[in-house]
Amino acid sequence: MYDFEYHKPGSIADAVKILSADPDARPISGGQTLLPALKHRLNKPTSVVDLSGIAELKGIRQEGGKLIIGALAKHHEVSESAVVKGAIPALASLAGTIGDTQVRNRGTIGGSVSNNDPAADYPAAVMALDATIVTDKRRIAADDFFQGMFTTALEPGELLVAIEFPVPEQAGYAKMRNPASRYVMAGAFVAKTGGKVRVAINGAGPGVFRQTAMETALTASWSPDAVAGVKQSAEDLNSDIHGSAEYRAHLVTVMAKRAVVAAG
Amino acid sequence: MTVVTPFEGIGASVRRKEDLRFLSGRGQYTDDINRPGQAYASILRSPHAHATIRGIDIAAAQAMPGVVAVFTGADMPDLGGIPCGWQIHNKDGSPMAEPMHPVLAVGKARFVGDAVAVVVAETKAQARDASEAIVVDYAVLPAVSTVTAAIAAGAPTVHDAVAGNLCYDWHIGDKAINEAAFATAAKVVEFELVNNRLVPNAMEPRAAIGDFDRTTDEYTLFTTSQNPHVIRLLMGAFVLHLPEHKLRVVAPDVGGGFGSKIFHYAEEAIVTWAAGKLARPVKWTAERTESFMSDAHGRDHVTKARLALDNDGKFLALHVQTLANMGAYLSTFATSVPTYLYATLLAGVYTTPSIYAEVKAIFTNTVPVDAYRGAGRPEATFLIERLVDVAARETGIDRIAIRRRNFIPADAFPYQTPVALQYDSGDYQTTLDAALETAGWASFESRRAEAAKRGKLRGIGISTYVEACGIAPSAVVGALGARAGLYEVGTIRVHPTGSVTVLTGTHSHGQGHETTLAQLVTDRLGVPLAQVDVVHGDTAKIPFGMGTYGSRSLAVGGSAMVKAMDKIVAKARRIAAHLMEASVDDVEFDRGTFRVAGTDKTKAWAEICLTAYVPHNYPIEELEPGLDETAFYDPKNFTYPGGAHICEVEIEPETGQVSVVNFTAVDDVGRVINPMIVEGQVQGGVCQGIGQALLEACVYDAEGQLVSGSFMDYQMPRADDLPMVSVATHVTLCTHNPLGVKGCGEVGAIGSPPAVINAVVDALRDYGVRHIEMPATPAKIWGIINAGHALAAE
Repeated sequence: MYDFEYHKPGSIADAVKILSADPDARPISGGQTLLPALKHRLNKPTSVVDLSGIAELKGIRQEGGKLIIGALAKHHEVSESAVVKGAIPALASLAGTIGDTQVRNRGTIGGSVSNNDPAADYPAAVMALDATIVTDKRRIAADDFFQGMFTTALEPGELLVAIEFPVPEQAGYAKMRNPASRYVMAGAFVAKTGGKVRVAINGAGPGVFRQTAMETALTASWSPDAVAGVKQSAEDLNSDIHGSAEYRAHLVTVMAKRAVVAAG
Repeated sequence: MTVVTPFEGIGASVRRKEDLRFLSGRGQYTDDINRPGQAYASILRSPHAHATIRGIDIAAAQAMPGVVAVFTGADMPDLGGIPCGWQIHNKDGSPMAEPMHPVLAVGKARFVGDAVAVVVAETKAQARDASEAIVVDYAVLPAVSTVTAAIAAGAPTVHDAVAGNLCYDWHIGDKAINEAAFATAAKVVEFELVNNRLVPNAMEPRAAIGDFDRTTDEYTLFTTSQNPHVIRLLMGAFVLHLPEHKLRVVAPDVGGGFGSKIFHYAEEAIVTWAAGKLARPVKWTAERTESFMSDAHGRDHVTKARLALDNDGKFLALHVQTLANMGAYLSTFATSVPTYLYATLLAGVYTTPSIYAEVKAIFTNTVPVDAYRGAGRPEATFLIERLVDVAARETGIDRIAIRRRNFIPADAFPYQTPVALQYDSGDYQTTLDAALETAGWASFESRRAEAAKRGKLRGIGISTYVEACGIAPSAVVGALGARAGLYEVGTIRVHPTGSVTVLTGTHSHGQGHETTLAQLVTDRLGVPLAQVDVVHGDTAKIPFGMGTYGSRSLAVGGSAMVKAMDKIVAKARRIAAHLMEASVDDVEFDRGTFRVAGTDKTKAWAEICLTAYVPHNYPIEELEPGLDETAFYDPKNFTYPGGAHICEVEIEPETGQVSVVNFTAVDDVGRVINPMIVEGQVQGGVCQGIGQALLEACVYDAEGQLVSGSFMDYQMPRADDLPMVSVATHVTLCTHNPLGVKGCGEVGAIGSPPAVINAVVDALRDYGVRHIEMPATPAKIWGIINAGHALAAE
């Protein structure tokens, strides 16, 4: 780990001030991605801005038909929250499968979504549920927010404050884990919200993406069989020592089918 | 009054004496040790698999804060190379190619992770910071990472002086007899397979601290080693040119080795040498990433084999051709693994009359490859037990029947194989029967049908194996090229009040020697277990020793203790005879009591011990005081544990995911000292075998980059990947050591991989698959299933 300055601001405004003034400053919440990168000397920030003291980033509540989760909500909190379980059980259950117990008690939803690791779990839920990303400056639709591997619409110095999820009629998630890292190798989150179906695929490609053919099929008939016949193209999917693009394409269909089963 | 004490001797599952400190975090590992004035070393490693080093600019690094010194290979002109401990000869009798392995790379870097320079600084972070400021001018060269690439025409050469990257071209067996047997065979089964390369991943990364005392010129090395005396000999005599009496090597608690901590590594020489240069202690601790790219890897064979059978399925002849990856340099025992620890085992448990094996050892631009739990025997066993399954399938003979038909019968021991080894004892039919019974082999088809209803493909597989361990008779290994003897040393130090300290030349790094070896003393001398301590891992305390590997600690180290206890008992009987005024021939000793035969005259152990050290009434003219004996024991033969492993798997066809649902091991490890520890050793070995079979893949790309360089990509077994492993033993005694023991440390890793793959292939029996390479990952299995579907669709 290289040396860096450490800041622990008490408000969003103070945090944004530090981050805006220094393009090489990095915010940290649970640290489950940044800390390993620092330890491996893969990242050399001038300063690290610890968000954990900012009350405005905390809390889980239901408001106006929306589920609002503060950026600092830990995966474990989301998985155990009665509010989340009541509104979107699939989201609570997804959070309970992230990493391991240690990771779930440190990692946060804001950190995961801002990082946009293609193999992370949350981006699929955010995308499929058509959630809105609330930052200190604006509101961003999920479709506009995720912009490919480790890239989002967040601008330098902009801070993710909360995520607003519409409450779906049905939602489900299934994933195949990478055997070594246990990150997502191919996952599918399916949701029907206000009669509209969205299917988001994570793990398989360079970033989370919507599977529109599956959305059409599920719109016509909300059933596992409806997606079982929809093939995912292997083009542009990841290929590595754990599996070919063709394998991942196949898994996308299998996981979509299982996600529909899970959604009930 | 009779005092009833729990039995703690041979056969008792007493709890491990060492576990209190391990489980409560009080172990003392090398990295826990800090010496006054200690500085820290950071090693700069090559990012290239193969590159000419045109220059190294250390000026900026030297100027960094806290830097004490920066060294490169140019600073070490007087140091010897890291030696190889076993010389193999080619078919034509000429010696193997043995290129210099410099402590720090000179002129060329030959693998990703090759040590190029070292920074010593006041703190670990400063050392690391400065190492990044070293500027190395590399000219990158084409690299070879696999044996097949390395032997191709025109392949880049790892060492300029080694044409074709060929370290040796060795053989064993009679070629002419073998060819004749194939010529007349009714059936020949041909088969090719890969034994996958593995990264050892001991829980404790390697670490080393060099220390130097200017007043005495004495060096001390604290290191994560399985054999401190061997390191002292190799590093002192060959690399640093230090006499043994000025070099102490301490291997304190060591957190797992699995073979990877047998070898002498450059870092040990670097910190010891630097400590002398700088006259202050220097500490190095590997980061996990460094472990991946600098601990010697395991396995990595590519093999072609042919098995000749007669019309009844009797094996007539076996011909094996293996390419073994040595990596970029020869690690300490690398050369012996694919030869005398592999090809000599190719008879397996079968009476195959003719075996001819040819092994080529190949240099590549990868981390050196050496012994890893089982070392050669897992590779041999995987080949034989896969081949037998393929032969069964292709001859239409049942898998169990073909094995039984070819087993070496229980009454044929000692059995001379055609590949040098002579097995002393075993009973393969009985271990097979027991395993079949426990695993419910006969009722498998009903479980398969039940699984099919759940949409799962269920398969069962078996491996019947033998291995050769208890390494090794010195004269035999010496004749085969070993540059060391492989005896062991034990001291029994009886204290005046009767408690005992055992000094053993073996080393415990998880195996539980402090308990098992103490049980030998309790059993023989009648001293309660709490009054026996086992000391190991320090050349200043232990007379000598060859260390722990090849499941040798009990068979060889324990036998040395028995010899030393023989001397103790003989002397103690003479003291007792004096005290009881009896003839020594009439004095019997049984677990703590000396008795004049046929009388009620007795003396207790403690009184004799006290007399030995307080010799007021003592036969001083004919006997020295004291009760402290040392013995060296050189084994007469290897030991031959064996048994049967049965694995049952379920495959989810949609994803290719394999679950091991049952695993049964019935092993003959000879006499069992502590059944609980044996069970744990076998379970651990089986888990490693399942890891090799299903999970672990060390992958280099064509440029020699280590793709599976962290746990993000290298899949270590986790608890939820593994089944409960049912372990049972069936004992036939080793006939040539005094304990009748054979060894249990490696059997699990040796017997299990083919059982797992045989089960996977069986599960996929409807998909026309003949073989699946390890690790049988979900992606590979799905590929087979998908291809099968495609066939069905055509």
